[in-house]
Amino acid sequence: MATIHVDGKAYEVNGADNLLQACLSLGLDIPYFCWHPAMGSVGACRQCAVRQYKDEDDDKGMLVMSCMTPAADRTRISIEDDEAREFRASVVEWLMINHPHDCPVCEEGGHCHLQDMTVMTGHDRRRYRFRKRTHRNQYLGPFIAHEMNRCITCYRCVRFYNEYAGGEDLGAFGANDNIYFGRHQDGVLENEFAGNLTEVCPTGVFTDQTHSDHYTRKWDLQFAPSICHQCSVGCNISPGERYGEIRRIENRYHGEVNGHFLCDRGRFGYGYVNRTDRPRVPAWRSQSKDDPVELDVDAALGHGGSALRAARRIIGIGSPRASLESNHQLRELVGADNFSTGISAPEQAGLERMTELNRTCGLPTPSLRDVEAHDAIFVLGEDLIQSAARLGLSVRQATLARRHDLASKLGIPTWNTDAVKTHGQDRLHPLFIAYPSATGLDPVAVRRHALAPNDIARLGFAVAHAIDPAAPAVDDLDSDMAEAARTIAQALKAASRPLIISGASLGSTSVLDAAGNIARALARRAARGGLMLVRPEANSTGLALMGGHSLEWALDELTGQSADAVVVVENDLYDRAPRDRVDQALAKVQTLVVLDHQYTRTLARAHLALPSASFAEGDGTLVNLEGRAQRFFQVYDPRYIRPQSRIHESWRWLHALGASLHRRPASDITLDDVTHGCAEAHPMLAGIVEAAPGANFRIEGLRLAREPHRYSGRTSMRADQAVAEPRPLQDPDTPFSFSMEGYSGHGRPRQQVPFAWAPGWNSPQAWNKFTDEVGGHLRGGDPGAKVMPLIPGHHDYAGNLPDAFQRQPDRWQLVMMARLFGGDETSSRAEPMQERAEPAHLTLSERDAERLGVSEGLPVGITADVGEVVLPVHVDPGWPDGLAGLSGGIGGGWANGFMVELVPAGNRHNRPAGAGEARPWNG
Amino acid sequence: MLKWLITGTWSQLRTMGLVFMHSFRKRETVNYPDEEVYLPPRYRGRIILTRDPDGEERCVACNLCAVACPVDCISLQKGEQEDGRWYPEFFRINFSRCIYCGMCEEACPTSAIQLTPDFEMSEYRRQELVYEKEDLLINGPGKDHDYHFYKVAGMAIGGKDKGRAQNEQEPKDVKTLLP
Repeated sequence: MATIHVDGKAYEVNGADNLLQACLSLGLDIPYFCWHPAMGSVGACRQCAVRQYKDEDDDKGMLVMSCMTPAADRTRISIEDDEAREFRASVVEWLMINHPHDCPVCEEGGHCHLQDMTVMTGHDRRRYRFRKRTHRNQYLGPFIAHEMNRCITCYRCVRFYNEYAGGEDLGAFGANDNIYFGRHQDGVLENEFAGNLTEVCPTGVFTDQTHSDHYTRKWDLQFAPSICHQCSVGCNISPGERYGEIRRIENRYHGEVNGHFLCDRGRFGYGYVNRTDRPRVPAWRSQSKDDPVELDVDAALGHGGSALRAARRIIGIGSPRASLESNHQLRELVGADNFSTGISAPEQAGLERMTELNRTCGLPTPSLRDVEAHDAIFVLGEDLIQSAARLGLSVRQATLARRHDLASKLGIPTWNTDAVKTHGQDRLHPLFIAYPSATGLDPVAVRRHALAPNDIARLGFAVAHAIDPAAPAVDDLDSDMAEAARTIAQALKAASRPLIISGASLGSTSVLDAAGNIARALARRAARGGLMLVRPEANSTGLALMGGHSLEWALDELTGQSADAVVVVENDLYDRAPRDRVDQALAKVQTLVVLDHQYTRTLARAHLALPSASFAEGDGTLVNLEGRAQRFFQVYDPRYIRPQSRIHESWRWLHALGASLHRRPASDITLDDVTHGCAEAHPMLAGIVEAAPGANFRIEGLRLAREPHRYSGRTSMRADQAVAEPRPLQDPDTPFSFSMEGYSGHGRPRQQVPFAWAPGWNSPQAWNKFTDEVGGHLRGGDPGAKVMPLIPGHHDYAGNLPDAFQRQPDRWQLVMMARLFGGDETSSRAEPMQERAEPAHLTLSERDAERLGVSEGLPVGITADVGEVVLPVHVDPGWPDGLAGLSGGIGGGWANGFMVELVPAGNRHNRPAGAGEARPWNG
Repeated sequence: MLKWLITGTWSQLRTMGLVFMHSFRKRETVNYPDEEVYLPPRYRGRIILTRDPDGEERCVACNLCAVACPVDCISLQKGEQEDGRWYPEFFRINFSRCIYCGMCEEACPTSAIQLTPDFEMSEYRRQELVYEKEDLLINGPGKDHDYHFYKVAGMAIGGKDKGRAQNEQEPKDVKTLLP
């Protein structure tokens, strides 16, 4: 701690900070551009000038850049000093010399840091009479729009893109007045975190193209605290709605999980919520061959209830993309014995193993922020940038953090980015990756071992043995692998905080066991390490804690006619199981009830289709990969703009369906009731009640506002339907109001912040007002509650070592390769995502391609028990022989471990390459 | 008592006299609607959307009028034309809520929204007071004859490339090494 004097007042601050950080943490406003809490200081923009005095007798002082000056003890500064003020006003005036007269037609307007800073410094008249420099723009892909005229050359974009995110195709070109931030030529920005440029850029050079396509100013959006549903990391997001559509996803600061940044799948993958083909009213048909009839709620529930009453036995199929509440309510409806998680058996086995390891491996599961504090990382069988992108970004920061350690030995503060970087050079914390194909983290890795799943497991077991000889040894390991195992073990042993990361990507429980063994070996050495296991979907962790039968069990029960009715919740069975298998099972079913927010192939076959809420229209709880239960809240009520829609949360539908089934009057049910019910029914999930405040939570007697206080158009937005305004919608489930009435300030610490705004701070930089210190934690505590605690004790090593992978002469082992864009069921239905997604392909080694007589881009037929697809070949020189890599997210029950036959398809079929059996919307 | 009686009577008589004298004053009310009312040009009545001197819609859908409106009776949606111009896909004013304060006109950066001296908007049904863009858009520049927003703004639109707006240099050639 240090004491600094600002304008004559003494404050206690963190002495390791710079003055700008310290003052912002105190809530004092100093304008700035180039500094960013996650990226440190470079002193480029000269905007944060303050006057510093030597001691109390010094009345002259000198101007310093507060971001480049340490907040040392007894520092005396003045922010309000006249000369400092004048200096800052002049700096903004220079920056504005070339800034175009664009605000009315700029997507950044209304949440623009440059606007905020211009107002803060008081610049309001242009005095410069000469001409403005202009630039031509570039096409940067479907996600990001470029308008280079607006640039103020703060260099934040390239610092984020190149340094923080590891992108290589954005740069600063030219010198002085020519300076240009862009690519060497037009083209899609390749990095998976490019979307953060829209928030990092203090002005409108990089803006959200998907938002621009249906643009609404930030003050006109209705927000709610939400959780990203696109992978298992559980990033906190603020979706903004207008006119019954999600218009934009903004990062919602969470000190432990996502911090300031999101991946592009999370930020731009929301389009499926706005699809016009979504089911919006219940539809019923008594025979599968009839056309469905649209019904109102009561009639639909009546039909559903009587159809289910007539059934001998009802099976319920849940989903890892649905909330805990919805899955629980389904389990209540059909009974625990008839509940299936809707996850395929091998995947579920993997999930159960992961839960067990997280509880018994002896190492805790770190949060993403904590991941960045680890100093040696071994990744087994995950391409993190594709399967859990935000975690991959944290792993990258963990390797780069070596520079901070080196710098601190020389007394260089960590915020002094350029000095830290210059001193650190290429010295990074060790990262080892075992994965068959190139991954996005290879540039910061010591080495990537391109191995087959079994060999990855064997390498892991060998590493565990090298750390602790009590762990089972791997026989007949070749010398390369043995050497690699020794190197990795040494690095992990030398580290003060080693981290092991593995997951479900390769569908191999052996790999998980290997990761678990390393974790146990490290835990026995009393290392302060961590084990992170990546799950495939948003609520996979939670559903594994809840438990249930596998999808195969459910399909068998239906095919064997031991049950004749099935209720499917937010799950497209055709995506998870082979088509014939699902067809067979559903053909035997008398009543098929499907609840979903997408028009899936399963829903198309339903007798009763009920429109359920997506994350934007409903409330619920998810458990992320670190076992953090997080609540997402309804952003908007679809009935406000479309009164005819009958969209409700699945748990609400299922409660009402249950009442209809048992001929009970349908009582009201609220989110709190279901959450409590779920927590009581599943002791493992008892903690989920604490994940967020209940519906009775108030601040100073007020609900929390979903809309900014400037929200416009209330008396006009639905006046075309009826000029009389309806009563504002009431929300019995959450503490939020569907209006601007309610608390939206930053004075009272709170966990649940729908949108960040503070007087004078309209940009995402307003989050600094909600945190205990800039870049720290929310003052009300970071939201969410950890379930899945570690059970202390030394648990035994797993011993079932797999055999080394043997290449088969005419068959290939299938490896599903996670795909960030287009690889998950929901976001791949979003339009811009389809444009960005790489077409599905088959990866082969050079030797295998040669053997098959195919080359890059030629179609190959892949045949397995589940059917056949034809995909173009991608030849990867480093790829292990005997493996066939299939792009993830193509559905149809394709899974890891299948032995497949490959036939060059060019001369056999005339099918277009890449079409295959993949989802029709998946290009 | 007597003084009170005298002043009281006088006051009554004087009042009656003054009222009587008003019969000979000039009439202040007009026989509307038989007679037309004169309204000053800056009178704030019915709101219109104007066009720029080239005949294109002036509104760029920046939403500033909507946010300035104290009764929140304006709503609109931004759209983008092929040539890059922003325009309102719909623009709706609920005149049954409008208080004719003129804040929207004041906020408008493109002189698109203007108030006119027309107050004859009575309807039998309130719903008829909801005006859409086709009811609001006129075929002229209104009070501001010259202003053309895109000639000042830096964004390129069809017919106006980068560097062609007022006070702009030609676009930079990034690849040159000359200063």
